[in-house]
Amino acid sequence: MTDTISISLKVNGVQYKKDVEPRLLLSDFLRHELDLTGTHVGCEHGVCGSCTILLDGEAVRSCLIFAAQADGCELTTVEGLAQNGKLHPLQEAFREAHGLQCGYCTPGFLMTLIPFLKENPNPNEAEIRDALSGNICRCTGYQNIVKAVQLGAEKMK
Amino acid sequence: MKPPSFQYHAPKTLAEALSLLTQHGSDAKVLAGGQSLVPMMNFRVAQPAILIDINRIKELAYIKDGNDGLRIGAMTRQRTVERDANVAKRSPLIHETMPHIAHPQIRNRGTIGGSIAHADPASELPTVMLTLNAKLLAKNAKGERWIDAQDFFVGLFTTALEPDEILAEIQIPDLPARSGYAFEEVARRHGDYAMMGAAATMTLDENGKCKDVRLVFLSVGETPLLSSSAAQALIGNKPTPELIQSAAADTDITPSSNIHASERYRKHLANVLGKRVLTKAYGRVATDR
Ligand SMILES: Cc1cc2nc3c(=O)[nH]c(=O)nc-3n(C[C@H](O)[C@H](O)[C@H](O)COP(=O)(O)OP(=O)(O)OC[C@H]3O[C@@H](n4cnc5c(N)ncnc54)[C@H](O)[C@@H]3O)c2cc1C
Repeated sequence: MTDTISISLKVNGVQYKKDVEPRLLLSDFLRHELDLTGTHVGCEHGVCGSCTILLDGEAVRSCLIFAAQADGCELTTVEGLAQNGKLHPLQEAFREAHGLQCGYCTPGFLMTLIPFLKENPNPNEAEIRDALSGNICRCTGYQNIVKAVQLGAEKMK
Repeated sequence: MKPPSFQYHAPKTLAEALSLLTQHGSDAKVLAGGQSLVPMMNFRVAQPAILIDINRIKELAYIKDGNDGLRIGAMTRQRTVERDANVAKRSPLIHETMPHIAHPQIRNRGTIGGSIAHADPASELPTVMLTLNAKLLAKNAKGERWIDAQDFFVGLFTTALEPDEILAEIQIPDLPARSGYAFEEVARRHGDYAMMGAAATMTLDENGKCKDVRLVFLSVGETPLLSSSAAQALIGNKPTPELIQSAAADTDITPSSNIHASERYRKHLANVLGKRVLTKAYGRVATDR
């Protein structure tokens, strides 16, 4: 066993302090240490996008960051989207527009889209497809995801 | 757990990082954005005993105006470079190239220095560095030296950096007056590593003849490849569409087959990409400078 490192960070507004092995990936830290299993793990080399979270407000792959690197950072995971038991408008849009089937990739799509829609509240289809290019979905064929984003953008206004 | 264990250091200053690197030598690896290194560690292709995380070194992240070009700190995130108004103005070739690198989530973390130091022949930035004759500042605990882009990329994932050196800064010389530029690539899916790509800069003289041209390809050889035949064909002549066409068709760039495509198709790609970037670069020559 290597030495552990003490980290403290905020996830979805809650402060945590933990000792971690340096090699612990942030994705595994969220799932196994904090029980925040909404962040999904797919390829574990940055290609599929299912582990996307917000690190200090920016969408990043949590499988390509070590937990130790997040010391002092503020994170948002998919669990942080719903407020007081009410889904985020983008989550509602995904449900209404059938933007998911099995749902495995959905947390990564949502966390990619939150900063995207904040920056670009009126995206056209090409911009939406470009924003989604780093997330893989094996069920939907993406059509309904694009529709969900359009609907979500409306709802978020 | 995916990666093997390692000792982790997160120095806050470059001096500290360099002294750690001197102390641990080739047992240590520098961790920049981690967008290439961490996948390799997750696959256990890379198993560094010691990781020196340089993400907390603020002095390595900046974009500044130099006297004859831009100066970019190695730890500047690719996304920051992409969005920087000064880069767009002073080095439009870099600005045009950035969106081709991976996806926004990767560029949010990945750094300009990391991409250059990684020296993947399929990467966009090494090719653009060679096209622009960038100068790369390497530092170790004892001092520093400048390396020209043409001497920096020495082989597959191999650079001129010594194990005790950190790439600290990238200097991008301004293009001379009457210059144009272009970057193009062909990828199966936007954001994927390209099957092939090309960058070009072209400078004309007062009479509209080609004074200098640089045409560089990615994903053809083990390093970015500069076409010397294109320069021979064009320099001293007016770059008419016919001349550009033949210069691009007759290049010394000879790709071989790979898992994505046959030699014939790749040769075709090289011709098409060469023609596109030369044509675009010529069309963009700014005569007002
Ligand atoms: C899904 C995916 C798709 C991608 N697609 C593309 C693409 O299309 N085009 C492309 O170009 N790249 C692509 N990348 C790679 C990405 O651009 C990386 O960010 C880049 O290759 C490495 O930069 P980094 O800062 O992440 O470096 P790291 O991964 O941290 O480091 C890479 C290597 O460089 C060394 N290093 C880093 N910084 C320094 C320094 N300052 N001094 C000395 N050595 C240093 C490290 O020790 C390591 O060996 C992709 C990555 C992923 C995960």
